[in-house]
Amino acid sequence: MFDFKAYNPLEKKRLQILSEDGTLNEALRPTELTDEKVIELYRLMSILRAMDQKGSSLQRQGRMGTFASSYGQEASTITSTFALEEKDWVVPAYRQQGALIVRDVPLKNFFLYYKGKESGSHYPEGSRILPVAIPVGSQPLHGAGLGMAAKLKNDPVCAITYFGDGASSEGETLEAMNFAGVFKANTIFFCENNQWAISIPRSKQTAAETIAQKSIAFGFDGIQIDGNDIFAVYAATRAAREKAINGGGPTLIESFTYRLSDHTSADSAKKYRDPAEVEQWMDKEPLKRTRLYLEGKGLWDQKREDELANEVYNLVERAVADMEAEVASTVDEIFDYTFAELTEPLVDQKTYLKQFFN
Amino acid sequence: MAELTMVQAINQALDQEMAADPSVIVMGEDVGKDGGVFRVTDGLFDKYGEHRVMDTPLAEAGIVGTAMGMAIYGMKPVTEMQFFGFIYPAFQEIVSHISRIRTRSRGLYTCPMVIRTPYGIGIKALEHHSESTEAYFVHTPGMKVVVPSSPYDAKGLMIAAIRDPDPVLFLEPSRLYRSLKQEVPEEEYVLPLGKAKIVKEGTDVTVVAWGSMLRIAMQAVAEHKEANAEVIDLRTLSPYDLDTILASVQKTGRLVIVAEAPRTAGLASDISAQVAEKALLSLKAPVERVTGFDIVPPLPMGEHLYMVNEKRIIQGIQKVMKF
Repeated sequence: MFDFKAYNPLEKKRLQILSEDGTLNEALRPTELTDEKVIELYRLMSILRAMDQKGSSLQRQGRMGTFASSYGQEASTITSTFALEEKDWVVPAYRQQGALIVRDVPLKNFFLYYKGKESGSHYPEGSRILPVAIPVGSQPLHGAGLGMAAKLKNDPVCAITYFGDGASSEGETLEAMNFAGVFKANTIFFCENNQWAISIPRSKQTAAETIAQKSIAFGFDGIQIDGNDIFAVYAATRAAREKAINGGGPTLIESFTYRLSDHTSADSAKKYRDPAEVEQWMDKEPLKRTRLYLEGKGLWDQKREDELANEVYNLVERAVADMEAEVASTVDEIFDYTFAELTEPLVDQKTYLKQFFN
Repeated sequence: MAELTMVQAINQALDQEMAADPSVIVMGEDVGKDGGVFRVTDGLFDKYGEHRVMDTPLAEAGIVGTAMGMAIYGMKPVTEMQFFGFIYPAFQEIVSHISRIRTRSRGLYTCPMVIRTPYGIGIKALEHHSESTEAYFVHTPGMKVVVPSSPYDAKGLMIAAIRDPDPVLFLEPSRLYRSLKQEVPEEEYVLPLGKAKIVKEGTDVTVVAWGSMLRIAMQAVAEHKEANAEVIDLRTLSPYDLDTILASVQKTGRLVIVAEAPRTAGLASDISAQVAEKALLSLKAPVERVTGFDIVPPLPMGEHLYMVNEKRIIQGIQKVMKF
């Protein structure tokens, strides 16, 4: 059993199992994460990277709106959702489109939401992932509540909630961890510390040495992990899940990663970030590292890479085509989900607007 | 039939809904052993235990935000904000998430929950304990806002709020918590949300009020015998029952709206605008608003200056009658 105490955040330890050069610390490898699963993770991360690249290109062409790329953070999001069971809840912020991929939400949904249609957030029934949360730090409370409900109902289910280093300063994030601690919620707080909250570096976000340390104040385990290492992300998330569903309460996982992209397609990180720092992190990025591991094991080569690239290209292109086939929202669509049943004032307003556009 | 205070009537509604539906839970600060600072949840902790009557940490966003997660999971949380004036830390959760998760997920996720809170001026309370800022929430798409004016209404409206498939802000006029008793049926009953009640029929002027203003309006109307007023209790502030108001104004030709809230951009202003748009030709006089002022609710030694009283309502009625 994974021992969180061995990674006491006060001792400045960081869990790493797969090093930057693709060397695996076999002793720490989670046995459930087979090479077959590693290949699947590599595939999912490749889809995410291609999706983000396509999104950036569409945004520049005016074919899609602003969105936040997860370039560099693929291992962090993908692997942590992957480590859960399908019945577990996922509560994302706005940089976790990777979780949608893991949950088999059609890629079209991602493009459609950022093109500007709410139905992009209508995920398939039972996918147990909440829509993107844009107000920073507002969503961990929902993860805490879902974890509290699971606990009350005695369901062997957990909730994972994602947030960034910036969100760790928001009061609601801290309230969420406090509630989860008090009620021993089945919740995993997964902080993707990508070092930058738009232009504000992690060092200016908190005087604490690590974000993982904050768990101590809330009375539960915290751990800092190498967020670009799929083995570390899997091991910590899986262990946090096991602990949660067995009554052990919440865990704060600080996934130490890096945003290789701009904050969103609407800013330029060159203005506030040293290019040398970005260069340095390019060497640590997760796809490269995972591929090195697979190649080292003789499980990957250029041929397989080309086949995957081809598959991913087709998936993304089809999703974009599906998105572009969507027509503009209708009056019904923008009104009808306000309440279970439209109220009289809304019926009046909708009738007026329908007549206006007729 | 037992005579109950509003506190007892709401308590009975909560008790009966909890007994009938195991997914109904109560959560908030001091709602457990203490039974709430106004004792609205008294006895529920002993009856249903700590898992269904949850004393939470002191954090309003935390209470409603976790409740939303629980609602998505299939529970029906009835949360308490200790005072309306303390709801503001929860504002983002209410406006950005609770009220719009149905819209945002295209109906995949919903948030059937109740946020109850003592509301309004008139109990000589501390600063921040006399707020009537319902307009913020009436202005929020996806939220329903309810204000009972009597124990009987409080029970029926609370049961309706708990059973509603959408989030409901339930404002309990603290001034009425114990100041009147009324016969309240033991059995459960529902008063539909969105429907006003004509409390007194009349022919000369329509008086619209809600919450603690209803009784003041009724007293004013009783004192002022020169005009035969029709009095409407709005009961639900969002969505409010415009049809009942319009039908009444078409009959009386005059409208006085009584609200304890600040004057500008309050609900009284909206009702006034709606009547101007939809019933102008029925009006024999301009619509009169008798409201609070655009100032911070004064502390107890100045409270009497701010609060709408019978005399101001009578003046309002006289004004529209004389026009």
